[in-house]
Amino acid sequence: MADLDTFREETRAWLEANCPAEMRQPVRDEEDVYWGGRKATFKNDAQKAWFDACVEKGYTVPAWPKEYGGAGLSAAEAKILRQEMAAINARPPLSSFGIWMLGPALLQFGTEGQKQRFLNEIARGEIRWCQGYSEPGSGSDLVSMQTFGEDKGDHWQVSGQKIWTSYADQADWIFCLVRTDKANKYQGITFMLFDMESEGVTTKPILLISGNSPFCETFFDEVSVPKSYGDDCPGQVGEVNRGWDVAKYLLGHEREMISGAGGGGLTSAIGAAMQRHAHKDGGQLDPILRADLAMFDVDALAYAAMGEKFLDEMKAGKGHPAQPNMMKYVGTELNKRRHELMMSAGGSRSLEWESEETSGGKPSRNWLRTKANSIEGGTSEVMLNVVSKRILDLPGA
Amino acid sequence: MPLYHDEDQAMLADSAAQFMSEEGAIAKQLRHWRDTGCKDGFGHDLWKQFAEMGFTGILVGEDDGGMGMGNVEAGIVLEQIGRNLTPSPFLTSSVMAATALNNGSAELRGRYVPGLLSGDSVFAVAIDEGAKHRPEQIATKAEKSGNGFKLSGQKDFVIHGASADMIVVAARTSGADNDADGITLFAVPKDATGLDQEAVKLVDSSVATHMKLDGVELDGDAVIGEVDGGREVLNKVLNAGRIGAAAEGCGVAGGAMDMTVDYLKQRKQFGKLIGEFQALQHRAAHLYSEVEIARAVTIKAGQLLDGGSEQADLMVSVAKAKVAKAAGLAVKEGVQMHGGIGMTDEYDIGLYMKRDRALQEFLGDAYYHAERVAQLSGY
Repeated sequence: MADLDTFREETRAWLEANCPAEMRQPVRDEEDVYWGGRKATFKNDAQKAWFDACVEKGYTVPAWPKEYGGAGLSAAEAKILRQEMAAINARPPLSSFGIWMLGPALLQFGTEGQKQRFLNEIARGEIRWCQGYSEPGSGSDLVSMQTFGEDKGDHWQVSGQKIWTSYADQADWIFCLVRTDKANKYQGITFMLFDMESEGVTTKPILLISGNSPFCETFFDEVSVPKSYGDDCPGQVGEVNRGWDVAKYLLGHEREMISGAGGGGLTSAIGAAMQRHAHKDGGQLDPILRADLAMFDVDALAYAAMGEKFLDEMKAGKGHPAQPNMMKYVGTELNKRRHELMMSAGGSRSLEWESEETSGGKPSRNWLRTKANSIEGGTSEVMLNVVSKRILDLPGA
Repeated sequence: MPLYHDEDQAMLADSAAQFMSEEGAIAKQLRHWRDTGCKDGFGHDLWKQFAEMGFTGILVGEDDGGMGMGNVEAGIVLEQIGRNLTPSPFLTSSVMAATALNNGSAELRGRYVPGLLSGDSVFAVAIDEGAKHRPEQIATKAEKSGNGFKLSGQKDFVIHGASADMIVVAARTSGADNDADGITLFAVPKDATGLDQEAVKLVDSSVATHMKLDGVELDGDAVIGEVDGGREVLNKVLNAGRIGAAAEGCGVAGGAMDMTVDYLKQRKQFGKLIGEFQALQHRAAHLYSEVEIARAVTIKAGQLLDGGSEQADLMVSVAKAKVAKAAGLAVKEGVQMHGGIGMTDEYDIGLYMKRDRALQEFLGDAYYHAERVAQLSGY
């Protein structure tokens, strides 16, 4: 315990010395997030200073081993770091699908050579990854995917189409599910890694109801994917034709990530903030809206406790393996409800689509964005299917 | 502190689960006492067994012969009580009255704690003065009289009041009815002159009283804590009682849910197990989520309370409100998914619905606590 107290003291002092004031404000939108990669630029000096300090300390990926760019923190230490960062509202120094998804997959399934190369690149923010999963005909039923990689000896020739590829137009590399055996549904998929600058890769942003385009269609036309990137560094994660195991593992992580994004800080209580907005506008919350906000706050604060319990149990290996599905379901539904309430509290101001006051229609665009929360990464309905089958053990299809 | 039970707590949970499912089972206790028209609504022999298990003194300090544990541990026992609908005076005696006595004089503890530890005594707590829980407004008066006090007023929803050897009564020693200050807690013996209780059986077969205090004379040493300083102790008693009721509610919710999910795996209609129908699967999965979250926030709030956190008041109310919603959903879905037999007295699911309803009302329902969450959050 004394060691952890010391760690907390040191962490607090380190954050005090290294986290600039500008980085101690809530993330308002995508521009406040540093994603890294070959095309990345920093929004300001403070963002760069904070990022550099964290890379140096291993705090872009604190729980990863030091040899892969992390700080090698224990679960208890990582929790303390999260708490101390939250206490000063410190922004994440680096956000990326590499950290959230590919990294955990490599830690679980990667070779030593892959870990050395790719994890360090992710930790230092050098390569920005995107994820190639969904296809136009394969959404909830992901395993029906058709993108095919033909075996050409030292490489695969990949052709097909992915959809909902987050930031594919800004990503450097992709981790991608590719069918390598048409006769075998589950054991005929390979989890490939390749450069988005490869010949035959094109991306096309999709305009969403929010007016933004965070997702792309991604086309592969006879893309050559090497089977090896050097010594002990194969072009696929896990074994050939066993990519579904990696994908399933990662879907679990994605569900945690989405439930984390919808939970924790973001869905903590909002009633007090809504009341302040109402006062600023010279008014009061409608009594029934106030009541709805109070009921929301009860659910949000209870869910935050669930999030903490979920993480504690995961780390101790105690939680049900299908529990992320429950978290994802509740977290995303809660986040949608949160934005509905914020729209109502904001009134006509929150309808503004382009005004300066709303920073270009943030309230309405964010509200619309949340509608995807319960669709992407497995719909709420799929989550409920999984909970009913795997946790409640209910019978049937 | 992680939000799951440590080894000692897991052992306590195991022994409480085994004890309650065997000795405290529905057929053996709740139905038995209900169907024999017991005036107490619970069995004194079982209460003695609670004492033998060490449960009655779970919150009593070790110096006073208790187990010196916290609200998380009391919650572990209460969750099993809820799961088995075990009627007992545990919540009012071992959680609420014990919390009050822990803040009382050594003399007072010496008078009442031994009976609690041995299971010979039952205690109740009298707070409400109307059909809704409004502890902010206490009108019952305690006027100085000789060396002591004279109590006048009326109390409602005094659970186990008629069975209790001592009742903790919150009364006003100064100020106006809705003042925060000016409250004093008294340990009122059951045979005090001027104390009159009318027992009423409730929907869940528990027994509460309408209590009249008509100039009840008490010595000064009946005061628990400080004169006029009872609000602080009362808040402790309320927090302990509320998180305890939340923990019991988690057990009610879990018991009702498990019984219902089992039923979905047995009942056939249209040539299928009804649990194969997605319409029911999704509702069951949603219910599971709500119950899990209710349990998480109950442990969290218990830990905050035991740790003396400033957030405890807020999170206890979050827990009480969340459990009320989750348990309410569990029993309503339970009866509906059981179909016709869910409406029969023979089947236990309806007993869960009744218990949940009483527990929701006890120490503030979801509306009361959501309002409190808003106020404590500053809106």
